[in-house]
Amino acid sequence: MKEHIIEFKNISKSFGDKCILNDVSLNVKKGEFLTILGPSGCGKTTLLRLLAGFGSPDSGEILINGENITDFPPHLRPVNTVFQRYALFPHLDVYENIAFGLKLQKMPTDAIDKRVRNVLKMVSLTDYEDRDVESLSGGQQQRVAIARAIANQPKVLLLDEPLAALDLKMRKDMQIELKEMHKKLGITFVYVTHDQEEALTLSDTIIVMNEGKIQQIGTPTDIYNEPQNAFVADFIGESNILNGKMIKDKLVEFVGHEFECVDEGFGENVDVDVVVRPEDIYIMNKVEGAQLTAKVKSCTFKGVHYEMFVDTDKGYELMIQDYNAFEPDSEVGLLIRPADIQVMHKERTCNTFEGEMVDETHVKFLYETFECLPQSGFAAGDKVKVEVAFSKIDLIDHPEDGMLSGDVYFLLYKGDHYHLTIMTDDGDHIWVDTNDIWDKGDLVGINIAPQDIKIVKCND
Amino acid sequence: MKRFFAQCYIWLLLIVLYAPIVFIAIFSFTESKVLGNWTGFSTKLYSNLFTGDMQGTGSLMLAIENTLIIALIAAIVSTVLGTIAAIGIHNMRGKTKQAITFMNNIPMLNPDIITGVSLFLLFVFLHISQGYATVVLAHITFCTPYVVLNVLPRLTQMNPNIYEAALDLGATPFQALRKVLLPLLKPGMISGFILAFTMSLDDFAVTFFTRGTIGLDTLSTYIYTDARKGGLTPELRPLITLMFVGILILLIVINIRNIRNSKKEE
Repeated sequence: MKEHIIEFKNISKSFGDKCILNDVSLNVKKGEFLTILGPSGCGKTTLLRLLAGFGSPDSGEILINGENITDFPPHLRPVNTVFQRYALFPHLDVYENIAFGLKLQKMPTDAIDKRVRNVLKMVSLTDYEDRDVESLSGGQQQRVAIARAIANQPKVLLLDEPLAALDLKMRKDMQIELKEMHKKLGITFVYVTHDQEEALTLSDTIIVMNEGKIQQIGTPTDIYNEPQNAFVADFIGESNILNGKMIKDKLVEFVGHEFECVDEGFGENVDVDVVVRPEDIYIMNKVEGAQLTAKVKSCTFKGVHYEMFVDTDKGYELMIQDYNAFEPDSEVGLLIRPADIQVMHKERTCNTFEGEMVDETHVKFLYETFECLPQSGFAAGDKVKVEVAFSKIDLIDHPEDGMLSGDVYFLLYKGDHYHLTIMTDDGDHIWVDTNDIWDKGDLVGINIAPQDIKIVKCND
Repeated sequence: MKRFFAQCYIWLLLIVLYAPIVFIAIFSFTESKVLGNWTGFSTKLYSNLFTGDMQGTGSLMLAIENTLIIALIAAIVSTVLGTIAAIGIHNMRGKTKQAITFMNNIPMLNPDIITGVSLFLLFVFLHISQGYATVVLAHITFCTPYVVLNVLPRLTQMNPNIYEAALDLGATPFQALRKVLLPLLKPGMISGFILAFTMSLDDFAVTFFTRGTIGLDTLSTYIYTDARKGGLTPELRPLITLMFVGILILLIVINIRNIRNSKKEE
């Protein structure tokens, strides 16, 4: 009971029609460095702001040390925040900025003096007391912001992308310092970032978020080595994400070959997603003893390693990272170890929509009426389930020519085709497999041919 | 040659602008009752102004006093109201914000005469007897939008997290307002205050329509009535000269301060 300092219970929050957080539940252990990681607009900053007290959730509870603080105003919460753009008080000098919270607590002057000097030493800004905050560099301002937040000795320190505005070198230095500071202070850090490398470097625990939902919670190694779904695999590091089939326990088929793996319990002949990290594919000059052969398409020097794209014998494209360079157009053999194959449940195998029969040859779903093949056994007005295969959805360039329109929201390359997530104008998702190249944000029209609409009776 | 014409042009412009004031200033040092008639150098008009040895001195001094008090009250009240309004407008979103900002701009573009007449009709309609109070209310009404206009940009430029940072560090909303928001808005509030003060000093049309029939005079209405009664009282010439010099000194001081501040920031 005692070890959870923060508990989020079924938090939901919407701004207007847009759902930002969708039933998020989460516990934070006392003293840990927790990172909330996700692309912009995933709800991570909103979650942090709810914790700081800037806004209240539509439903759910937030507990700190077992106390329900959901309706507490920010100044009564035992947390302090380091803001993304520092938010220092420009009319006060460094000393007064840091002493701001302490003076409000009516702390005696000599105690304030001692505390301020202490935290300044911690952020290596000794002797900067009298400086004007506007005269400091970005990195120094961020140090003052951190000093100001920890001067209050909060139970939890919240950091909202604190390093986003700094240059790469400075960011690396600050990461190390933050980590040391966390060790020294022993308080809980909740850190928000969209930078996966930063998250992997700093955290004890990472929470990956997307579209207002938690995708995975785990240690950095868990998240990297055993992503739970295609989104996490794609977002953290580079990966080859492929469609596969679990033939039986410890045997999976992908890129047209069967591989031994270590995963069990998926059942037999079940469609799965397979993730192989590019550095986990062994590449060699000889083809004897290899699991599959491939032809090198391109080879780029990346500093520590070479990044190569190869076409496999069955026509799949894979990304490989290796310390050795292999000439383009050369034949190579590839090997993948069982432990390096990460098998994941598919979130879905086809599009499923709730619909309603209009007449024998028309069905209404996604707010539109579609023509379908003549159906028997359904009456007009019957609630039905509509299924459409990923590959049977036509995308067209001109949104106005489609039955529906939307934009490309997320895309994944799966070795021989793209798997797109389309967000319709009404906010619904449609998943599409296609060989055409689209970019994120492209506006598309969506058509579905009558013979590709499969209608299933609703059970209830 | 081109330079020469450019120089001539600017000097011509300055002469046209300042000639009337210089003219009055020169003729404030002579005793002649009629403007433009030089009867020898004298500072008698100045001493008359201060010793009260002139026709209707009492009512002139009262008018000056009224003008300053009304301007001070109007500037203070509209600075408070305008700052609160600006903070409110800043926290609005989208269409409402645009609409309110637009509505704030209308009274500034509206001719004074329309503001004056409409306020006059409003007070009559509400059966409020007109006098000192109605003039002050009217001045507050047309001064407040100028304060909003001066404070709003300061809020827009401010880091949106600053107020939140104060709350986060343990300040109550009132403490955050007093210790963080107001110090940062101060420059905007001061320029808003000065603008409101001068707008109020300046005003004729609105005062004329809202002062009622109790004989309340501000400087502008006093001069207007005086001029209609048959020529300008000679003592107004030194008064105008002194006011001009006073404002000139004030402007020089403000400019020197601005130059010093910008140097300090460098």
